[in-house]
Amino acid sequence: MGMGVLRVVQRNLRVWRKFMFSSLVGNLGQPFLFLLAFGFGLGREIHPIAGYSYLQFIAPGLTASAVMYSAAFETTYGSFTRLGTQSTFEGILMTPISPAELAWGEIIWGALKGLLAGVIMLAAMPLFGFWPSIWALVLLPILFIAGVFFAALGLIMTALAGSYEFFNYFISLVITPLFLFSGIFFSLNDMPPVTRVVLRFVPLTPIVNMARIFCYGRPSGPWPLHLALFIVLTLIVSWAASALLKRRLIA
Amino acid sequence: MNDKEIILAARGLTKSYGTRQAVKGLDLTIIRGECFGFLGPNGAGKTTTIQMILGLVIKDSGELRVFGLTIPHDLRAIKSRLGVVPQNDNLDPDLTVLENLLTYAGYYNLDSARARSRSLELLKFFALDNRRDEVIQHLSGGQRRRLLLARALVHEPELLILDEPTVGLDPQARYLIWQRLKALRDNGLTMLLTSHYMDEVARLADRVLIMDQGRIVAQGEPGRMVTELVGTDVFEIICDEREAASLSALAASCSARAERVTDGLFIYAGHDCPLLEARVRETARWLRRPANLEDLFIQLTGRLLRDS
Repeated sequence: MGMGVLRVVQRNLRVWRKFMFSSLVGNLGQPFLFLLAFGFGLGREIHPIAGYSYLQFIAPGLTASAVMYSAAFETTYGSFTRLGTQSTFEGILMTPISPAELAWGEIIWGALKGLLAGVIMLAAMPLFGFWPSIWALVLLPILFIAGVFFAALGLIMTALAGSYEFFNYFISLVITPLFLFSGIFFSLNDMPPVTRVVLRFVPLTPIVNMARIFCYGRPSGPWPLHLALFIVLTLIVSWAASALLKRRLIA
Repeated sequence: MNDKEIILAARGLTKSYGTRQAVKGLDLTIIRGECFGFLGPNGAGKTTTIQMILGLVIKDSGELRVFGLTIPHDLRAIKSRLGVVPQNDNLDPDLTVLENLLTYAGYYNLDSARARSRSLELLKFFALDNRRDEVIQHLSGGQRRRLLLARALVHEPELLILDEPTVGLDPQARYLIWQRLKALRDNGLTMLLTSHYMDEVARLADRVLIMDQGRIVAQGEPGRMVTELVGTDVFEIICDEREAASLSALAASCSARAERVTDGLFIYAGHDCPLLEARVRETARWLRRPANLEDLFIQLTGRLLRDS
């Protein structure tokens, strides 16, 4: 363990550098467009939520969702290409690198891509007229952990997928609902109690909350507990991803 | 053989996929410095065996030791000393020729200076040094295969496993590869080689093992095996049924083996038989050639198509 994980990340980095631009446009286009359409467009019609303008309200959540999309796409479409068409995984497993190292390398790589997407979203906020607080630095490791979670979730799908079409289920039934119902676009506090409790268990919700808290420099509330639970969940999902990928690769 | 170092030893190796038994109790020994030819029709269990050596397929039973270490326990240590040329091209299509080698060297933890010098050396050896910054998609089939070979050697392995290294290549490209393999063998590299190009295997391999339907059907030194099991000369005769029958009878009296084929007869002779030869010369179309490994292969595994 250790070195092998790093080598897998390095391999992906080496390829990514060649396609950096298209990769960034692919990952960041969507959250930026949402920020423009909803923040600027729809936002002018909407009264402030919890003291934030609508644009301010959704920007941190869209940062969290950019991490999710970037990480999850990398370990679905990206990893599946390396698993199938390109036989990259087969090539790697002929070397001393173990299936677990390969899985963790893919997860960490997906998480780094997620983190990069998140950082760019944060860095772009001044373009929309507001600056993230210094607390946003604390947010970075949290966004990385979120990246690990979604990269691992994506890798589980890759380990189970027979074809690219399989990812339609994942995107339509998991990623898109998370994007819409994790408190990015509306405050969960105003929801009926049952709905609120349900949506709180949506795994993107705590990240969206933390993103909002740390972006505007008001760390308060039970976020440490939520973070701890999220880390436990992340470890479980990562372990499952590693086990399932190994099962897929070793006969 | 006891005084020589055993590189690979398999005892009673088995593997099933569902109800299909791919390998049924394989015993195999490879000693340091030898080129071991591993032959068999498609579906014989060759690739499964190689996959077991790589830990990519888990054996059902039996024992498998490489460099005196056991699989799966010491798999990492074993694999760091193994080089593999796979049947499927799994080069990294997004990377250049040199980057492919450097990336692979990284998997073996070579430091970057060593990786670079070793990679350049290998590109030269495999006549790829003018293609080093080329993207993989732009390489010919032969160049890709040579790069796969270079990649398998980047960490200076002690055992090189080649799973059909020349499949699908034109004769020129094959020739270059077999030449390089011969140079490597002459340098003392231990090799495990599978191929369907029997003449090339016969030239390169010190020993061959022929496998069929998961079992060993013969093994030994290829030249001697051909002489012992097939004979020295083969007559290929194109003739009708009646002529074939009379020639077969004559062959039997010379203790030569005759085999009916679609449009004639093959006779495998172990020693001179003037009577038979004189009779063959009377047929309209015939030829005489030395017996070879392919004759042995066909004799042992049959002419039936294997589409398992």
